[in-house]
Amino acid sequence: MPQIFHRSANIYSKASIVGGVLFAGLALTLILTISRSSYATQQNVNRDQPVPFSHAHHVGGMGLDCRYCHNSVEISSSANVPPTKTCMNCHSMVWNESPTLEPVRASFRTNESIAWTRVHDLPDYVYFNHSIHVNKGVGCQTCHGQVDRMALMAQHSPLTMEWCLDCHRQPERYVRKREDVFRMDYVPPSNQLELGKQLVAEYKIAKTENLTSCSTCHR
Amino acid sequence: MAAPLVWLAVTGCRQDMHDQPRYEAQEESRFFEDRRASRPLPEGALARGFLRQDTKFYQGKDGDQMVKEFPLPVTAALLARGQERYNIYCSPCHGQTGDGNGMIPSRGAKHPPSYHLDRLREAPVGYFYDVITNGFGAMYDYSAQIQDPQDRWAIVAYIRVLQRSRYAPETDAPAEERNRLGPPPAKPVVPAATTGAAQ
Ligand code: HEC
Ligand code: HEC
Ligand code: HEC
Ligand code: HEC
Ligand code: HEC
Ligand code: HEC
Repeated sequence: MPQIFHRSANIYSKASIVGGVLFAGLALTLILTISRSSYATQQNVNRDQPVPFSHAHHVGGMGLDCRYCHNSVEISSSANVPPTKTCMNCHSMVWNESPTLEPVRASFRTNESIAWTRVHDLPDYVYFNHSIHVNKGVGCQTCHGQVDRMALMAQHSPLTMEWCLDCHRQPERYVRKREDVFRMDYVPPSNQLELGKQLVAEYKIAKTENLTSCSTCHR
Repeated sequence: MAAPLVWLAVTGCRQDMHDQPRYEAQEESRFFEDRRASRPLPEGALARGFLRQDTKFYQGKDGDQMVKEFPLPVTAALLARGQERYNIYCSPCHGQTGDGNGMIPSRGAKHPPSYHLDRLREAPVGYFYDVITNGFGAMYDYSAQIQDPQDRWAIVAYIRVLQRSRYAPETDAPAEERNRLGPPPAKPVVPAATTGAAQ
């Protein structure tokens, strides 16, 4: 019986086995890299807003505390975007004729909300809560970055499950004192791990088993 | 082989679970006319346990008189809370020392009066509570931003601390600190019109 395949087919078949594995590996790496890239997670993308509100001016320039506007962040799961009235506390007196701020004044006159574009948005199957993080010593800066330098708001962190878990596995690498939570100029001390362990004990931060159990975030 | 894969790739990417048919805080609603999913309270609605009959505590008023005494115990914890809240909500305009030289007036807003004026030093505590709750002249009210009445009283207590700091008698200092103070100045100290040092 004549051979169906030429002798050189042996090489092809071997090469294609190795090649196939390599290709699958490559494709998988590519997919995972892309899905983790800042392009897929929408990091550092500035969104257009109805009013070009600048955290750099209001926080960096004037030193306003986050809680002046995001006043529910310590007591609620959601950090509220402030109502028009909060802007008008000042903008009834400063820049009160500027055309840039006309949408704010119009909203105040007509009682219609300003439609801010969301910047951070977890999928609805994830439960997130600001107050627990803020009260247990996780700084706004740790998750939101240097807000005081953002002329337009952008998402600083990937907000992937991997990112949440990275901290939930070892919160001592990130926690700070409660009074430093709202500071934007905070630099972690050189003995962060030591301080972190002490704060984890002091603030009674939950055990890693609880913080990484699926039902903590998917409830 | 490729066809089912492509079919999976296309249909597997629906976003139903990402955006479920429920509202998140402050989301836009297509149902209500004002497009707010977070519903404002109907006028006169009262949550259970929120009946606010104690006018001294909730309005700073006794009949039509402003209360002169704090309607809650003034503790060190209350003052610390007051300092924190004051620095968040009031210091941008009134300055950290209460002399009215905050950051926002320096950018062109109306200059608020100093808390160290005799008129405001003598004003009853209920008056400050009322200004926070209802606003005063060019100053809008802070009732939405400072919702807890206890926090408003904490701020009022801290304003009293600021006022006293400018005119503190020597006897306010503990005995062992007192002899470290220099001799009293010949004439009463005129409050310097600068911000900062009170922290
Ligand atoms: C003067 C009011 C004001 C202050 C003070 C302020 N913010 Fe904001 N913030 C806003 C407004 C208005 C928006 C919505 C517009 C936007 O996204 O830029 C916003 C949006 C945000 C968002 C994005 C929300 C989204 O859509 O996902 C984050 C995060 C944020 N602020 C963090 C902070 C932090 C941290 C601080 C304190 C360092 C702070 N803000 C101080 C008014 C304020
Ligand atoms: C505590 C006072 C205060 C509050 C509250 C405040 N602003 Fe301002 N804002 C200012 C001042 C003061 C300026 C002028 C900036 C300067 O002099 O550098 C300004 C400037 C601006 C400008 C134009 C200059 C710029 O930064 O690009 C915009 C737009 C603006 N504010 C939007 C808003 C909106 C929207 C809100 C409500 C979420 C708000 N502001 C709340 C004090 C305030
Ligand atoms: C542990 C990380 C973390 C910390 C700390 C944190 N945030 Fe956020 N923030 C998030 C995430 C995640 C979202 C998106 C939530 C969502 O989509 O439901 C978010 C959303 C927001 C929003 C948009 C409104 C909302 O609640 O969805 C604002 C405003 C905001 N953060 C402000 C703040 C401020 C101010 C602080 C500090 C006091 C802070 N955040 C601290 C992670 C954090
Ligand atoms: C930088 C650190 C850090 C990051 C990032 C972080 N967390 Fe947390 N998280 C904590 C700490 C600390 C606690 C407090 C645990 C405790 O003592 O209950 C906490 C608590 C929680 C809780 C409450 C747990 C409970 O027992 O009720 C939820 C839910 C949660 N985190 C969700 C998330 C999600 C979702 C993300 C990602 C979007 C995230 N966290 C990112 C540090 C972090
Ligand atoms: C600390 C919070 C947290 C915990 C704990 C957690 N998750 Fe998640 N999970 C998230 C977040 C945030 C996302 C959204 C990620 C994104 O949008 O990229 C997510 C997404 C997912 C997804 C969808 C993935 C996708 O790409 O669509 C699955 C499936 C999932 N989680 C399963 C689990 C399981 C199983 C566990 C327990 C072993 C778990 N999660 C524990 C925060 C958490
Ligand atoms: C946006 C700037 C601004 C902020 C923030 C602010 N105020 Fe004022 N305040 C003013 C101005 C302006 C006046 C003067 C109003 C007038 O005379 O028309 C004033 C006046 C006052 C007065 C004096 C009333 C009188 O009889 O003269 C008191 C008391 C007061 N504010 C308390 C507070 C307290 C307490 C806070 C913090 C919760 C606060 N203010 C926050 C701008 C501000």
